[in-house]
Amino acid sequence: MSLLDAENVTRFYGEFEPCGDCVDLTGPTHGRNQCPDCGTVVGCADVDLDVERGEVLGIVGESGSGKSSLAEMLALDLAATAGNVEFASYDGNLLDANYEERVDLRNTNVGMVHQHVRDGLNLEFTGGGNVAESLLAAGWRNFDEIRARVRDLFEETEVPVDRMDDPTDTYSGGMQRRVQIAKAIANDPELVILDEPTTGLDVSVQARVLDMFRRIQREQDVATIVVSHDLGVVRLLADRTVVMRHGRVIESGLTDRVMEDPQREYTQTLINSVI
Amino acid sequence: MTDQTQMHETSPTTEATDNEQQESATTPTGVSDLLSESGAGMAGYNYAYLDEHTKREVRRGVLKAISLPGHQVPFASREMPLARGWGTGGIQASLSLLGPADTFKVIDQGSDESVNAANIRRLAKTTADVETTTDTTEASVIQTRHRIPEEVLTDEQILVLQVPTTDALRRVDGSDDANRRRHAHKNYSKMWVALYENVVKWDEIQISARYPAMVNGRYLMDPSPIPRWDTTKLNDADSLFLFAAGREARIYAVPPHTDVEPLAFEDRSFQVERFDESCHRCGSTDTYLTEVTGDDGVTRYACNDASFCEKRAEHPDLSKDHHLDEDDVAWGPETPDPILSDETGGEDA
Ligand SMILES: Nc1ncnc2c1ncn2[C@@H]1O[C@H](COP(=O)(O)OP(=O)(O)OP(=O)(O)O)[C@@H](O)[C@H]1O
Ligand SMILES: [Mg+2]
Ligand SMILES: [Zn+2]
Repeated sequence: MSLLDAENVTRFYGEFEPCGDCVDLTGPTHGRNQCPDCGTVVGCADVDLDVERGEVLGIVGESGSGKSSLAEMLALDLAATAGNVEFASYDGNLLDANYEERVDLRNTNVGMVHQHVRDGLNLEFTGGGNVAESLLAAGWRNFDEIRARVRDLFEETEVPVDRMDDPTDTYSGGMQRRVQIAKAIANDPELVILDEPTTGLDVSVQARVLDMFRRIQREQDVATIVVSHDLGVVRLLADRTVVMRHGRVIESGLTDRVMEDPQREYTQTLINSVI
Repeated sequence: MTDQTQMHETSPTTEATDNEQQESATTPTGVSDLLSESGAGMAGYNYAYLDEHTKREVRRGVLKAISLPGHQVPFASREMPLARGWGTGGIQASLSLLGPADTFKVIDQGSDESVNAANIRRLAKTTADVETTTDTTEASVIQTRHRIPEEVLTDEQILVLQVPTTDALRRVDGSDDANRRRHAHKNYSKMWVALYENVVKWDEIQISARYPAMVNGRYLMDPSPIPRWDTTKLNDADSLFLFAAGREARIYAVPPHTDVEPLAFEDRSFQVERFDESCHRCGSTDTYLTEVTGDDGVTRYACNDASFCEKRAEHPDLSKDHHLDEDDVAWGPETPDPILSDETGGEDA
């Protein structure tokens, strides 16, 4: 069985009662993600994907194509409108997990690196405190052990250890990204979800963050979903890739195949636009 | 109103910052005004000052609080003839509980003699027709600000603590909405991060008063600004503790024999205040001491619990459980208290 098997994952946004035809009236064929009848925004709909243990799955697509919506639902951070997700460490539909199960799963099974740093870190806390929070939430109560583990995670993610007791808002964007990664892997999760791990970073910093994560991913063999609008990121990390547009998956396959022999014109355009 | 700063004894370890006191020091109304206006009797006022409906509401809140130990229960806090922050929550709780058969004691930071304590006592005596006392062992209801008495409380006694800040989580997040959600889901990791950072900074947990404690393994509680010295008295006690906040309109409770565990790390345990001195009045070395500056300008240590200090001055060997049939009752530091005397505990550390 796959580590994670998702079917029909769907998320609507909007103040209005969905009219019932929102999914049919949106998507790539219509060139929009907002239902013309009722105004509902279809963040994503009918998304199927699976992730094997140790595998890296890439999700690419232009801005607004629904990547973060999907990632946050899988990371138990966002309620789903519909869908069924089987996850190895959970009995039943992951999307139906209650609050306490979500907290548990997020602490121990699924680590998330958020697109927006404020969603992932408390900037007034120290960097070390942010990472410690994962351990504390998982029940660690020995201060010296927590300290040692935080220090290891800082080394692992290449954040200067002598900065670990400084407030996180004094860190550079790259360091904050690394601290988020340290926090996400603190409890050895089975799945890590990275949402735009390089957005907003200098190109040289981007490369180092990606190299660092690639090393950790290989050493720990942790299954990963990496979301990016940057094909380069996905090409570097992902074994398989799904391409999203207007809230739908329009193409999926081995990353090399998708990049070299895109079946869809849109994917072709995406690739051409970066080369 | 009399200047409250006179009665403030400064403790070396307690952050005795009482903003609410300072704010209200300018408020002209007070219990003493009320008492002088109305003379000796309280003609025109209901028994125990509050109307029956209000008292029923408060009692309902108290019952709910008892059934959910440590959970903050809202109640319709009434205007009282004294500014909020002077213990209006405590008074409402006390007056709702008192009946003519009760004996009432009021302590203000260990002292029965402060103007505020005397006024509250007088209000209860006048309107509820209760006996009053300064002897902890004689009282059935004790209202207190920032201390738990040194003498062991029994299952016949209720301690009503005045609360300025109800939520322990406000130390880490000013949003009450977010904190209510945290309580609902027992999500205290943010508080734990604050403790972690505290130890990073000081190598031990540096919280003087208002030390956060888990009640019954479920709710994180602010035990009001009592010193750490008193915090372990809440654990597995015979008495009922009620915490009442007038300004925030919340009541919470620690019923008898409830587990109350101060938050701490396995290797950075909960520590109580330690005093190298003994009380200059009674010689005690097993009580919570505060610095007092005499007329001669000399600063000395004295028991903060004035009424017990008086007894000790006469009977130096008087134990804290002298009035009980049992001996060696656990009641905070210097007694066989399980929280403080386990192998990781702070007693000898
Ligand atoms: N909270 C929200 N309320 C309303 N609409 C939303 C909300 N969040 C997302 N959307 C909309 O849902 C669609 C998908 O958004 P999502 O953030 O998932 O896209 P994305 O692919 O991650 O985009 P980006 O690359 O810009 O991060 C967008 O049209 C977006 O405007
Ligand atoms: Mg996004
Ligand atoms: Zn004394």
